[in-house]
Amino acid sequence: MPTLRLLNVTKRFDNVKALDGVTFDVKDREYVCILGSTGSGKTTLLRTIAGIIKPDEGEIFIDSRNVNKTLAEDRNTVYVPQTYALFPHMTVLENVAFGPLAKDNSKVNAEQTAMNVLRLVRLDKRIDAYPNELSGGMQQRVALARGLASGAKLLLLDEPLGALDVRLRLELRVQLRRLAKESGFTVIHVTHDQEEAMTIGDRILVLRKGRLQQYGTPYHVYNRPEKIFVANFVGNTNFLEAIVESRSREGSTLTLREGLKIRVLDSSFEPEEAVIVALREEKISVTPEPRGDEPNRLSGEIIEVHFLGSHVRYVIRLTNGDEVAARVAIKEARNELNHGDWVSISFDPMNSHIYEYPMLGLQSELEAS
Amino acid sequence: MPEIKVVGLRKQYGKVIALNGIDLTIYDDEYLSIVGPSGCGKTTLIKSIAGVVQPDEGYVLINNKNVTTLPIEDRGIGYVFQEIALFPHMNVYDNVSYGLMIRGVSPIERDRPVEEMLHMMNLEDYVSLYPKELSGGARQKTAISRALTSGSTLLLLDEPLGALDLKVRTVLRYELRRLVKDLGLTAIHVTHDQEEALSVSDRIIVMKAGRIVEVGPPKELYMKPKELFTAKFLGEANFITGEILEIDNTDLLIDVNKFKIKTKCDLTPPLRKKEACVLAIRPELIDLNRNPQKENSFRCDVVEANFVGDSIRYTVKTENDISLLVKTPIIGEEKNLAIGDEAYVSLPVVNLLIFRVPDEGLEKALSLE
Repeated sequence: MPTLRLLNVTKRFDNVKALDGVTFDVKDREYVCILGSTGSGKTTLLRTIAGIIKPDEGEIFIDSRNVNKTLAEDRNTVYVPQTYALFPHMTVLENVAFGPLAKDNSKVNAEQTAMNVLRLVRLDKRIDAYPNELSGGMQQRVALARGLASGAKLLLLDEPLGALDVRLRLELRVQLRRLAKESGFTVIHVTHDQEEAMTIGDRILVLRKGRLQQYGTPYHVYNRPEKIFVANFVGNTNFLEAIVESRSREGSTLTLREGLKIRVLDSSFEPEEAVIVALREEKISVTPEPRGDEPNRLSGEIIEVHFLGSHVRYVIRLTNGDEVAARVAIKEARNELNHGDWVSISFDPMNSHIYEYPMLGLQSELEAS
Repeated sequence: MPEIKVVGLRKQYGKVIALNGIDLTIYDDEYLSIVGPSGCGKTTLIKSIAGVVQPDEGYVLINNKNVTTLPIEDRGIGYVFQEIALFPHMNVYDNVSYGLMIRGVSPIERDRPVEEMLHMMNLEDYVSLYPKELSGGARQKTAISRALTSGSTLLLLDEPLGALDLKVRTVLRYELRRLVKDLGLTAIHVTHDQEEALSVSDRIIVMKAGRIVEVGPPKELYMKPKELFTAKFLGEANFITGEILEIDNTDLLIDVNKFKIKTKCDLTPPLRKKEACVLAIRPELIDLNRNPQKENSFRCDVVEANFVGDSIRYTVKTENDISLLVKTPIIGEEKNLAIGDEAYVSLPVVNLLIFRVPDEGLEKALSLE
């Protein structure tokens, strides 16, 4: 029944803060995904929880017990690093059965446990192979299996599906979650793949430059991104610069460049304030007949068409020069629109978010590091 | 500008046949992607065109000139691969101008093409930075610039975005296509990311086990694949086997586990009564509602529901025990179907694909090996 709590954890490498005052808690049997780009500090965070890295400040609790001074091997956690460290002279089965065997299990029991997890990662037919006979993806699956079989209930996984083929990754992520739930694991899973995080996590923690940006359910993080960075990093979003023209209890009217108007529900900003409007690509509808510009119905020219399979993505240049991308489900994209067509875009005021105009400009907020 | 012909290309590594007779024409100004599962031969194919791998049999022609035995440096190509190989001791400017330098172009004459390229790639602000000071995206853009500054009009891209974070990758893929089109290049792009292939290519080649399975424009391959494997590999699809009950011209009635499914078929030779067949449908092209629908509508239970941001992925099970993956847009937290709900799936006739049962069997035809 592991629970985890981090209080104000900070870690510096030279003068760079790899982790900067990170505070969060994880419930028993919860599956938490730490989402961030390269250099965001997500691996450092995981290694700090594992006890491999000592934080400069802050406290870590496992099952309400402060483990700052507890050695990695006594934390009752399993850390599965991104670079799998398998025993080269042991077969797949021996590698995976190693943990259970060390825990005073009989050989039969240990191998039984190992076989169960090997079936899960689809390696039950390769149990006699040695690591160097396996592909990178297979080795990663062995490492994952070894972690799962070890008996510890707090699993720390660093990009566990990273080296796998896309197909296998999609299949395994669903199974990984199912297994964690069935076996009662508490899991911290580090990934840079936002779709993976949303599919698999009960909650997602978004990390940027060592700082926690947002922590919540996938639904919450996706639909109520608290920062421009989160709105950009999770999902596909347009950002437009605007000035608040007026506001009332029902919402605000904003002026885009060249005087185009849009209406949003948020009324927390004062008139004259500069803001950024965030619009999800998939929440914008595109219709073939341009009707001139009116609030939330703007005309523009299609300047790029990207076929994405399940969606078609149109990049549209509005009359004020702003570019907006719209993602239309293939079901609705049957009547084909082409490069050069003039169209109307529209969106529901409900489906937009506005943010204070960032001090260092929009670009600085979008960058991951 | 160049046109490339590949004729009867074969390559074997020990017992493994990497290329098993590849015939292919890549047209002038074309952006062509090669996709396929690991080990399908896609990397060997692009390396053979580059001149890094010497084929056992067959020819590579660039503008009707046989280059099969020419070394890479004499083929007039730009070659970019996943592992970024910039000179660490040179800044961006010097890295990009390197190709011109070794060809003996004087420093003054180097400036213009280098500056144009840096401008095109939005790298002007980075000219004096060294590779280790750049983000992954900027590094790869520098590598692409370097490959192109030497004047080559054939660009070979071997997983050029593979090492980058997802977010950066998505932005860069559109820039890459724009560059290729603006400069009138011919590009061949190997990728494991099928959305990348769909969104940037004029045509896609799907490979499996050293052979070409199918070639065509992205939309055609996605919406009307001629081969089962294409349906499986590009995007996602549900596959259902059935037996023909009735035929009336192109109208078919198919028995699937005692359910009757209507569809249309234009296969030649036509399917016959009692013949077995395979139906396929994309998860995003299935309708899922609380109420019965018009076409091919069946009652089902929701057994799994996964929020993935812009959509929800459901697994549903019909009364006759068919499991289907369904992808629908988000309606609202309350209105979305949840696990345990009863619902109706509908398989619209226009969205159903029909295939003959392959000689090798369905499982083998869909297998990634």
